[in-house]
Amino acid sequence: MALPIGKVLGILSDNLERRKAILPLPVGKATAWARGLDIPFGGETVLYTGHMYQLIPWITTMAASLERVENSWVTRFFAMGRVLNRAINISRFMALTHQPEERAYSGILRNIARLLRASGVEFGYLYGEELYAGALLYDQGVDEVFTMQAGRVSALLHKKGVRQVITVDPHTTNMLRSVYPKKINEYRIEVKSYLELLAERDPKCVRQLDLDLVIHDSCIYARNEEVVGQPRELLRNAGVRLHEPELSGRLTHCCGGPIESLFPGRAQEIAKKRTEQLSGCGDSVTTMCPICMANIKRASIRGLKVRDISEYLVAAYCPGASTLQGYARKHSSWKNQFRGRGPVS
Amino acid sequence: MMRVNPDFLEATKLMDRFNASACINCGSCTALCPMEISLLPRRLFRYVLLGLEGKVLENIPSIYSCLLCKMCEDNCPAEVPIVENIRALRTYINRKRYGLERS
Repeated sequence: MALPIGKVLGILSDNLERRKAILPLPVGKATAWARGLDIPFGGETVLYTGHMYQLIPWITTMAASLERVENSWVTRFFAMGRVLNRAINISRFMALTHQPEERAYSGILRNIARLLRASGVEFGYLYGEELYAGALLYDQGVDEVFTMQAGRVSALLHKKGVRQVITVDPHTTNMLRSVYPKKINEYRIEVKSYLELLAERDPKCVRQLDLDLVIHDSCIYARNEEVVGQPRELLRNAGVRLHEPELSGRLTHCCGGPIESLFPGRAQEIAKKRTEQLSGCGDSVTTMCPICMANIKRASIRGLKVRDISEYLVAAYCPGASTLQGYARKHSSWKNQFRGRGPVS
Repeated sequence: MMRVNPDFLEATKLMDRFNASACINCGSCTALCPMEISLLPRRLFRYVLLGLEGKVLENIPSIYSCLLCKMCEDNCPAEVPIVENIRALRTYINRKRYGLERS
């Protein structure tokens, strides 16, 4: 028996309506990445995470659980699960995560904050007040609850006097920049992804990486937000030789992530198909979306390295970043291991 | 036998987001779909335009399987807003079949 679409959407919708998140994260988990960075609270320009990177370890565990129960007798109990979930946050227990994975995703957000600082961008953060932007329910057409959440986010930003938002992932960028203005009256927030902002600033590369990477574009960045050239420009300036799969840029192939909550098995088939395309061009892949990264990692064949673009950018553009030590040495063995299409000039 | 539901036709017309009248049935969308679902989106849109609610509701899993990746829409020669149409149908089904309204 397939997962019951209405019941799964009902649980996610109840969570967003009652708990302001599809998978409610404890505040400490959502803001842990910012510890020790001394980012001021609020301000006219804020870095808005939308909880996407923080949620990935939870989503991954949840998707794996759903994949196990998909087509089993357990799906009969989803109706009861929805009723229970209204009183107790059961989705929290379904998605217990491993701390190392949480730290890894926090590290990506720390990279982004460091990159912005190294480029001279001043920004604040809304810490525990930040909210999930609602992308999943928007995609599933649960419009009333999505619009309610968009209203909450908009009210929060306006109340805090925010004028510019710097986003870290394609889904939140798309919601805050392209969808909210159609849903919310008098929404006046300027939105840019950190990749666009960095490319505009044209930061000085402090360390040439001298390595080969296969690039995977996010569908949302490429086809909704026109973020295609900026990540390439930043990587090339950092000495990266980029290898493009046949479907890349505006023609990029989806990672399968958008259907993971309803059809986890099918989502993995799509991810495997994409991973084969990527691994045909080399053995180190870079992504720029937390959902793409998690899906491609899960579907990865042995030996394929999948890393977020910020890991490479921080190594190239942030002087003295501790995560950089040994980067060039670590990656030197990757050279000449690439088959498929050559570097794109 | 296929049954036309005038109410469904009216409801989809009222959803100002649904617009498939420009579809020329060329099949580019189906050929490009990473999910390889032959129903999506041109046949599905034809059902909606004809008011065949039963056929639409028979295909709920296909409608929710769409990745909304926009590969079809970006390459549609008639510029049909495919993704928004799929979302509009999901909204209709969420209300009609699943009762997903604010409690």
